[in-house]
Amino acid sequence: MSKLLVKDKEVVVPGEILAEGMDYLPSYGTYRDSEKIICQRLGVANIDGNVLKIVPLTGKYVPRRDDVIIGKIIDVSFSGWRVDTNSAYPAMLNVKDATSSFIAKGADLTRFFNLGDYITTRIINVTSQKLLDLTMKEPGLRKIEGGRIIKVDPNKVPRIIGKQGSMVNMIKDSTGCNITVGQNGLIWLNGKPKNEIMAYELIKKIENEAHISGLTDKIKNYIENGKK
Amino acid sequence: MTFKRPDNRKFDELRKIEAKAGVIKRADGSAYFKIGDTIAYAAVYGPRDLYPKFLQDPGQGTLRCSYNMMPFSGSGERVRPGGSRRSKEISMVTKNALLPVLDLREFPNAVVDVFIEFPQTDAGSRCAGICAASIALADAGIVMKDLVSAVAVGYVKGNVIVDLSKEEEDIEDAADIPMAIIPYNEKISLLQMDGILPKAELKKAIEMGKHACKKINEIQKKALKDKYKI
Repeated sequence: MSKLLVKDKEVVVPGEILAEGMDYLPSYGTYRDSEKIICQRLGVANIDGNVLKIVPLTGKYVPRRDDVIIGKIIDVSFSGWRVDTNSAYPAMLNVKDATSSFIAKGADLTRFFNLGDYITTRIINVTSQKLLDLTMKEPGLRKIEGGRIIKVDPNKVPRIIGKQGSMVNMIKDSTGCNITVGQNGLIWLNGKPKNEIMAYELIKKIENEAHISGLTDKIKNYIENGKK
Repeated sequence: MTFKRPDNRKFDELRKIEAKAGVIKRADGSAYFKIGDTIAYAAVYGPRDLYPKFLQDPGQGTLRCSYNMMPFSGSGERVRPGGSRRSKEISMVTKNALLPVLDLREFPNAVVDVFIEFPQTDAGSRCAGICAASIALADAGIVMKDLVSAVAVGYVKGNVIVDLSKEEEDIEDAADIPMAIIPYNEKISLLQMDGILPKAELKKAIEMGKHACKKINEIQKKALKDKYKI
C-alpha cells in the first residue's frame, strides 16, 4: 500500500521521507531508495497527481539555457566579454553575439561595453562543465543605463514575476517604474528615485513573504492602503 | 559503588540542545547549534568560484571545511588564534563526515565553503560543529541525502555514557568516542576513539550513540522548519 507522509505546500528538509510505496514518482529534489521517496533539498513539497517534487526555498542561481539574466561585465578580451552571472560560473559574450552592427577587427571593445557595465542578456548554451554562452541579439536585450540594480534571492524570482507577470505588472503600474527581472536574482529598477525606493520596498516584501499563499491579493491590498 | 554523572544526567541523556537556522545574514546558509556549554556557529558560502585553479575538480564540486576555536573559548588556558595541527585534523574529519551525504555533481569546478566557529567550548565540539554544518548546508540549498547528526559517547568508570562534558572527559581512564551518523540508513561517517574500552562495550556505546543521534536529528529538522514558520 502506498502512503503519502507529507501535505501539499509543507516545508520539508533533506532526509525526510515523503512517501512510501511504488505508486508515487520522485521528481526534482527527491530520490527513491527502494520503497521510499526521500527529500534531498530544503523546500516546499509539491504534489501533482502522483508526482512528488520540491520547490526550493534557498540556494544560489544555477544557470539554465534560455534564461534572461542581468549580468555584469568583469573582463574584456580579444573576441568578447566575460560576464558575472551571480552564480558560481562566469559567462562569455562573444562579439558576434553582442550586436548586429559591424565591429571592425581589432576595435576597442570597451566602446560597446566597459568594465562594470550591466547588461540584460540571454543564456544560449550551458555545457556539462557549466561554460556559458550569452547572446544580446534579441529585442529587449541591451546595456543598462540609469536606474538601480537590486539583488534578491533567485528562488523568489518566479514569485516576484507572478502568473503571466501579474505581480511585476502590478508594481510597475503602482510605482510607474520600469522593471526588468533577471532569472539570476538581479533586478533593474528605472524611474523617479522616490518611486524606485517604493518599488524596492515592495519587492523586498514579496521576497520575505514568498512562501505564503495568496500573496498577490495581499500585496494589492498593501499598495491600495499605502496610497491612501 | 555506582557511578553518578557530575550533572545528574541519565547515562543516555543528552545535554540541553538549542538549534537555529539562518543566523548569519550575508552567508548563503548558516546555523547556530548549542549543546550544553558548547556553542557552534556554521556559515556556508557557495557554490562559488574556486581559486587557485589547480584545486578545481572538473568532475564535481569541492567541499572545504574550516574548524576554529576562538582564543577565549576554552577553559582558560591560552589558545593561540588561528589554525593548529588539531584544528586542521578536525577540519578534515568534518569534511569526511559531511561528504557522503552531499551531491555536488551539479557544480563542477566550484567550491562550497563551510566555516565553523566556536565562541565557547565544553567537550564535544567537533560533533557540535558537524551538526551545525549540516543544518547550514541544508539552509544554503545544497543537494544532500540527509542531515548528518553527531554526538560523543564514552566509557567512564565502567559505564557507557552519551554526550560527555569536559568534566567527565577528564576523569581518569575515560574513553571518548565522537561519532557521526547518517540517520536515515544509520551508516557511520565519523568514528574516532581516544582511550581504551572492551569490545562489547564499544558496540553498546555505538548503539547508544545512534539512538542519541536520531534525537539530535529531530532537533536539526525542527530548526530548519522553524525558519519558515508562518
